[in-house]
Amino acid sequence: MQLFKTDLCLLCSSPIAPTINWESLLFGPNQKPICEKCYAQFSPIREPACKICNRSLDKLNPKFYQDGVCNDCIKWQQSSKWKNVLEKNTSLFEYNDFMAEVIARFKYRGDYAMAKIFSQQLKQLLQNIDYDLLVPIPLSEERLYERGFNQADSLALEAGAEPINLLRRIHSEKQSKKSRNERIHLPQVFQLSQAAPPFQNKHILLIDDVYTTGSTLRQAAVILLQAGAKTVQSLTLARG
Amino acid sequence: MLFLKKDEYVIPQQLVKGEAGEFVRITDMTNPKALPVDPTFPFNQNLQLFLSGRKLLLDEIPFSLEEIHNHYLHGYVDYRQGVIFDGKRLYCCRCGNKDAVFFASFHCARCKKKCWYCRKCIMMGRVSQCTPLIIWTGPTPHFSFQKSLKWQGTLSPSQKDASIKIKEAVRERKELLVWAVCGAGKTEMLFEGIEEAIQSGKRTAIATPRTDVVLELTPRFQQVFPDIPIASLYGGSEDRHRYSPLVIATTHQLLRFHEAFDCLIIDEVDAFPYSADEMLQTAAELARKKNGSLIFLTATPKEVWQAECYRGKRNCVILPARFHRYPLPIPSFGWCGNWREKVKKGQIPLKILQWVKSRLVSGKQALIFFPHIELMEQALPYFQKMDGRIEAVHSEDPNRKEKVQAMRTGDIPILLTTTILERGVTFPNIDVAVVGAEDDTFTESALVQIAGRVGRSPQFPTGDITFFHYGITRAMIRSRNQLLRMNRQARMKGLIDS
Ligand SMILES: [Zn+2]
Ligand SMILES: [Zn+2]
Ligand SMILES: [Zn+2]
Ligand SMILES: [Zn+2]
Repeated sequence: MQLFKTDLCLLCSSPIAPTINWESLLFGPNQKPICEKCYAQFSPIREPACKICNRSLDKLNPKFYQDGVCNDCIKWQQSSKWKNVLEKNTSLFEYNDFMAEVIARFKYRGDYAMAKIFSQQLKQLLQNIDYDLLVPIPLSEERLYERGFNQADSLALEAGAEPINLLRRIHSEKQSKKSRNERIHLPQVFQLSQAAPPFQNKHILLIDDVYTTGSTLRQAAVILLQAGAKTVQSLTLARG
Repeated sequence: MLFLKKDEYVIPQQLVKGEAGEFVRITDMTNPKALPVDPTFPFNQNLQLFLSGRKLLLDEIPFSLEEIHNHYLHGYVDYRQGVIFDGKRLYCCRCGNKDAVFFASFHCARCKKKCWYCRKCIMMGRVSQCTPLIIWTGPTPHFSFQKSLKWQGTLSPSQKDASIKIKEAVRERKELLVWAVCGAGKTEMLFEGIEEAIQSGKRTAIATPRTDVVLELTPRFQQVFPDIPIASLYGGSEDRHRYSPLVIATTHQLLRFHEAFDCLIIDEVDAFPYSADEMLQTAAELARKKNGSLIFLTATPKEVWQAECYRGKRNCVILPARFHRYPLPIPSFGWCGNWREKVKKGQIPLKILQWVKSRLVSGKQALIFFPHIELMEQALPYFQKMDGRIEAVHSEDPNRKEKVQAMRTGDIPILLTTTILERGVTFPNIDVAVVGAEDDTFTESALVQIAGRVGRSPQFPTGDITFFHYGITRAMIRSRNQLLRMNRQARMKGLIDS
């Protein structure tokens, strides 16, 4: 007798045997979105990690960090404009080749179901972070139409959260190959969305798919702080 | 995208200027009839050449929506549904997927609704409920190339038989199975059939499951058909924008075609993913014209087809001999006990050890097939104790190409492999062993293909094939019988010399 139907791995389509234990008998099968073989190819962020950007430090040469903070973050902290703009970033996984493929399939191929892979883990992370509002990094209207959905928004929704759009993108997404210095002096990318509800003194959590240089998230954070947010943190699926 | 619905036709939302009305998704409309073709319309020939026989997403068409829509209004283009949902069942019109497991939905920024899309063919771009598939409904381009085949070679008698049957199938728009043993030379026997097809203006495609084969066949065909523009299509290929009388493509690429081919040739019909995948069968069905001919090439047809051939229920031609006129080497069976347990304990069964050692001594190269990557990698160090140059290769091996190359140059004496080297790759003078031939991975067709690696070159037409096993399976017996039967037939017909 088959108690529960077998699910297929969202990534490789191989069948996943449902785990059956007392919990699953009470609450229904705990459905895993992907198989163990695929899951093993993601690399979770491990401690020690940078206190600010959550990048793993264990594989990093010790001369690239100090007191648990990576050199990139030290530079951000040295700039008067960017100091403490982003309180902290939390990421689930490292941005390895496998993650890059999954994100490409999610964003560029448009396979929305990829968001479901991470819903349980994001949900848990969200429970452990103290925040008032969850704000997705927005896409420009053209890009949103092209893709059909905003990946940051989808990650939040699939994790059972209620993302709130406080921001609007005024600049295109193309973060061309600019030097870090140029990026630090980038013109405004975001502005407040007209429909934004008041958020004075609120703790805000930004959500996006990847933290690469941290400049997009900081661009968003600075606008929110200027408009009265108390603190801004971020949560991303992957740390590039 | 959305459409403004009029009585007789539709207008894409992007092109609507101030007109009011109901905007709907293509999935929510009953397909309006394609508009009648206006013969006086000065249609864009480039669009015709690009779109004819295709079934594409708007994003895949490098012409403006205005121009596409103008052709629609004159009956030269039609918008078709991408994903259909009748409230219970979903259906993807591009790949034929109707399995609920392979659909997902999201709140769509294009149609502002819950929008179902097909995950089965997502790698070709997303088709959802609000995505139209665009097809050409105007006249198809004409072409005719006389005497296009420039080939000096000659066909063997059995290749000649097959070639005649293929020509007949092309001419009479029939279905044909070409059952040719590994090494029969199946490419050459297609030449005359394809020449005839192209001469009579019949658009032809050769579809194969593997990109490697597309890359190998394209220059070969281009050489013998120097004046024919050939489109070579695979995931990531460039020349999508040409109308070609001859298309060489991976089976996946057929999903972008719509009633395009008068003659469709499907290579390795037994191989993954075609036979494994209903999607690609549908694709082949949809890419071919309703009355087009369909030619299957295989060394190992499935059991049902074999029976149909022998009972005369299926139009087929059998090539039982290799072009070099030597018989097919026949596998022998060698019981090797519970080899899995042994490998786990760090041992290799004695019989296998002896087989390997005698190859290392005589200096003859060999391939050793394993059913699974894990066991193969566990066994590798023990093989390397005999000779440090022994290597293992599998489908996810990043150094796969280099290892195959090192085998070619003789730098690797013995290569352990999963079934990825079961077809396609040939080495001139090798022996072959299968470890765990009883495993389900080794189907009848896989074993025939593996045996087909041996004795391919006229200089070295023989070699040893041993199936090491822990219990003889039906597949092992059937594969051996298949090869024996082929040799018998070839002898009867005088196609082999010994
Ligand atoms: Zn998987
Ligand atoms: Zn850092
Ligand atoms: Zn599909
Ligand atoms: Zn939609």
